[in-house]
Amino acid sequence: MIHIKDLYKSFGNNHVLNGFNLRLYEGENLVVMGKSGSGKSVMIKCLVGLIQPDKGFISVMGKEIKTLDRETLDVLRSDIGFLFQGSALYDSMTVRENLEFPLRRHKRKMGGNTDPEPLVVEALQNVGLADAIDLMPEELSGGMKRRVALARTLILKPKIILYDEPTSGLDPITAKEIIELMRSIQKKYGTSSLIITHDVDCARVISERMVLLVDGINYVEGTFEELNRSTDPKVEAFFKK
Amino acid sequence: MTLYPPLQFYLYLMNTYSPILSGIKRFFIEIGELSYFARRFFKEVLKPPLEFKELLRQCYHMGNRSLFLVLVTGFIIGLVLTLQSRPTLIEFGAVSWMPNMVGISIVRELGPVITALVCAGRIASGIGAELGSMRVTEQIDAMEVSGTNPFKYLVVTRILATTLMLPILVLLGDAIALYGSALVENIKGHVSFKLYFNQVFDALEYGDLIPATIKSFFFGFAIGLVGCFKGYYSKKGTAGVGVAANTAVVFTSMLLFVIDFIAVFITDIFYDL
Ligand SMILES: Nc1ncnc2c1ncn2[C@@H]1O[C@H](COP(=O)(O)OP(=O)(O)OP(=O)(O)O)[C@@H](O)[C@H]1O
Ligand SMILES: [Mg+2]
Repeated sequence: MIHIKDLYKSFGNNHVLNGFNLRLYEGENLVVMGKSGSGKSVMIKCLVGLIQPDKGFISVMGKEIKTLDRETLDVLRSDIGFLFQGSALYDSMTVRENLEFPLRRHKRKMGGNTDPEPLVVEALQNVGLADAIDLMPEELSGGMKRRVALARTLILKPKIILYDEPTSGLDPITAKEIIELMRSIQKKYGTSSLIITHDVDCARVISERMVLLVDGINYVEGTFEELNRSTDPKVEAFFKK
Repeated sequence: MTLYPPLQFYLYLMNTYSPILSGIKRFFIEIGELSYFARRFFKEVLKPPLEFKELLRQCYHMGNRSLFLVLVTGFIIGLVLTLQSRPTLIEFGAVSWMPNMVGISIVRELGPVITALVCAGRIASGIGAELGSMRVTEQIDAMEVSGTNPFKYLVVTRILATTLMLPILVLLGDAIALYGSALVENIKGHVSFKLYFNQVFDALEYGDLIPATIKSFFFGFAIGLVGCFKGYYSKKGTAGVGVAANTAVVFTSMLLFVIDFIAVFITDIFYDL
């Protein structure tokens, strides 16, 4: 589904990515771990064309990102869900308007309906927040915001979901709820997910395969168990209690 | 070691004036980047979809946010201008020319400039802060990935809204400033409102009103453009939002005076002031 080859990106003298490689297969949950500031967010923003990489090949569902014009890119993006690190709800709009927003441009995703209401309600029910439909984002707690953001991501029924630190800034219990949600969504819709996190518990529960991003490259890959047993100091640093 | 005197003088100049020089340089770099931004605006404004609903919403917001302020400042300017020029005009025995003088100076210059400055403080900073915080919290990125062109949806609508709304606000500001002036004349000089306004409209020509209105369009454009530019490219972090709002006001105000200067220059050519 996703193929990244030799990705390079630097900001001035700050070389963030130095030849990063990654593959995401269909139906898979892949976790990418890395220190804060190691360039995880930069990497997934390159995936959806929010950041132009300096060098490297990126293809998503068989289409190479940098060759696409705006129109095709938008169509492709509607198949990719993106959960932002800080939820990124539009704070001048209600929850309902937030969820309707992606539907404005992607009418065909509404399955012939002209009224977005049932889709909005369904998406909110999926995340257990059907009551919050008329609230403003500022009236929601951090965990609720994350769920609304997830609902907004799901409303287009994406084939791939990119999660940028879905549990950061949440207490362990809420984090667990979010993880459960992610799993149930995956089961329900059969999406492939790329999950960025530095939360070991999250990685343990959800990952089928993991990639460690260290010094701008994919340092090691493997299952959680394999990496947990590793004796490489750079890998151990992530799993130490 | 002694330096060749002209070189010494040059170094002296550089040391004394380099902050000023670099300030000027920065200003021109900003102008360059701004024109690039403006070019992008003109490219995108013609492309469908129009985002008409959002445009109306923005127009409403602009008017709503600044109308009260514009009316209050306009009223006070009219009042003060009349009060302060009365003694001088009386001395010259020309107090009956008050409506002509006030009318022309308000319609030609004071109305547009002061309304624009008030709006720069109110609207440009508001847009800068709003877009800046949307940038910082990744809302602009979120819009982009959800298939809406954020430049069209956020920037184009706002610039159009300020461009359309400012001339309207200027007209309202002019009207209330003239009313303030008439009030003073009515109380102090016992001139009836009817007489006062008759005289004002006699004095005014299309040559006063049309250039001022065109100028107001440009003022509105500058306010929207700079506010959006600063907010859209706001630096990361919450501090970036403050900087965006602040520099938006400063830069807009400077730009307004530059535009005003150019406008007066051009009007002079066409109408022979
Ligand atoms: N727009 C930008 N301009 C300049 N530097 C940037 C920009 N975006 C990211 N960086 C730099 O790239 C590096 C990686 O940032 P990134 O946000 O990808 O980190 P991250 O791995 O997501 O960290 P975190 O876990 O804290 O989210 C940082 O050093 C950051 O300073
Ligand atoms: Mg990040």
